[in-house]
Amino acid sequence: MRSLRTEELILNMGPQHPSTHGVLRLLVTLDGENIVEVQPDIGYLHSSVEKMMEHRNYTQNIALADRGMDYLAALVNEMAILRAAETLADVPVPERARYIRTIFMELQRLASHLLWLGTYGIDLGAFTAFLWCMRERELIMDLFEATTGGRLHHVYFRLGGVNEDLPPGWTDRCREFCHYFLNRLDEYHRLLTGNPIWQARTQGVGVLTREQAIAFGACGPVARASGLQWDVRKSHPYEGYDRVDFRIPVYTEGDCYARYLVRMDEMRESTRIILQCLDQMPDGEVRAPRVPLNLKVPPGEVYTRVESPRGDLGVHLVSTGGETPWRVKIRAPSFVNLHALTEMMKGWKVADIIAILGSIDIVLADVDR
Amino acid sequence: MVRVPADGSRVAPIEQLVEVLHRLPGGQILVTSIENVLNWARARSIWPLTFGLACCAIEMMQAMGTRFDLDRFGVIPRATPRQADLIIVAGRCTIKMAPVVRRLWEQMPEPKYVISMGSCATCGGPFYYDNYSILKGIDTVIPVDVYVPGCPPRPEALIEGVLKLQEKIQKERRLTRRLQEAAQAGA
Ligand code: SF4
Repeated sequence: MRSLRTEELILNMGPQHPSTHGVLRLLVTLDGENIVEVQPDIGYLHSSVEKMMEHRNYTQNIALADRGMDYLAALVNEMAILRAAETLADVPVPERARYIRTIFMELQRLASHLLWLGTYGIDLGAFTAFLWCMRERELIMDLFEATTGGRLHHVYFRLGGVNEDLPPGWTDRCREFCHYFLNRLDEYHRLLTGNPIWQARTQGVGVLTREQAIAFGACGPVARASGLQWDVRKSHPYEGYDRVDFRIPVYTEGDCYARYLVRMDEMRESTRIILQCLDQMPDGEVRAPRVPLNLKVPPGEVYTRVESPRGDLGVHLVSTGGETPWRVKIRAPSFVNLHALTEMMKGWKVADIIAILGSIDIVLADVDR
Repeated sequence: MVRVPADGSRVAPIEQLVEVLHRLPGGQILVTSIENVLNWARARSIWPLTFGLACCAIEMMQAMGTRFDLDRFGVIPRATPRQADLIIVAGRCTIKMAPVVRRLWEQMPEPKYVISMGSCATCGGPFYYDNYSILKGIDTVIPVDVYVPGCPPRPEALIEGVLKLQEKIQKERRLTRRLQEAAQAGA
């Protein structure tokens, strides 16, 4: 077969490609149909967010974190910035606000995973999945809108709590949605999980072993599909996560199918968390009194992390005692997972690029910031 | 006789027909009617390029999704610029990305339209100040027909933008303008 070897070909994919989920450029070296090497070219969405944060106070940074970081998980970004600032400044957060934050972050996770499932469905030729997921996503958007006023960007969390209390009747609507959604989840499973085409495109494809996942620092569903039991919500609990009972789904296969199953299971767990929070949530204040909007954070350094839908989102905050941070460094989960992608793709066929790329669920705003 | 443009480019058959009609008595009315029909067809089958830059693209997807269903207006996303009439610039465009957007726009066949979705594409939006990497408005790179404000614009706003574009296309007088230019060149 050696005589059949062809010349290597470099295929340029992106930055405009319907399946790159944003403006990612991949330089794929091909030997015939086999992938020899993949080089991601990033920076097409670099918005200089970390620099901009140095010129804005912490409340303004909440709005910036919504937009400039991972835009599919706006509320989790807000939490990431606030967790750092609140830890450093020791801001008290009322109980009720903690539960509200937890509920909203989990709703955000549902919305994010739903969008992922829908677009991954399109990538693999299952258009129905997109339509179904969008249908449920709109219901979550309605829940967001009723409280925060925004669909995508909320600016809802504040230093020491949240902006406003839940509107009347919201908890019942949310509960209703959760029960409805659990049924829908079964429907997705019936549509996709046993589907032979879906399995053929994802099972055994793009394997990342446990050792590789550790070596690359992979996080979130990508790491959990490779058998790493790692979730910030369990290991470094914040807000209400230590008071609710939930499971971390872990699979050991490390392929695209396992990553799909991890996210599907996470959606079920998120719904459980929301339902528990709704039951446990106490009455009372939603915002600590006497926390000014332009809070001066005492000098110091802190590194905190939260679990975004894409993984371990860390914020390293350095303050010199002013109204604005001196330096913010964001450890973006998509960036790390994108690096692991180069290893996952080696040796697969050109048609699997889409399946593997879609399965790691990157958001380019998160990669480039 | 039908004039062939000096640069030797081919004249579309419909334009040849129109030019003949134009010479007949009362032909101007016919030309206007043909133009109206063409515009009607164009306005009701705007095919955009599937092209998302940032957060606004998510709202664009929602607009094409189940609840808002842009397909109702004949908006069917195409994956290649060569099949597209419209490019919806959804999101912030970096200086690194700007040449790519320009290239995509150049690859689209005439007549082509541009919707600038969101404040970032319109003017730089929330990334206007203290920022070294974002383009201050996509209209510095490609000509924009309709601006949709918002951060992000709601799907309804995007639909309104598409409807405004349809109005604009309906009012266009491409054939008439072309005939006038030809007459002037001939005179
Ligand atoms: S206008 Fe707002 S939503 Fe749209 S890309 Fe800019 S920051 Fe994102």
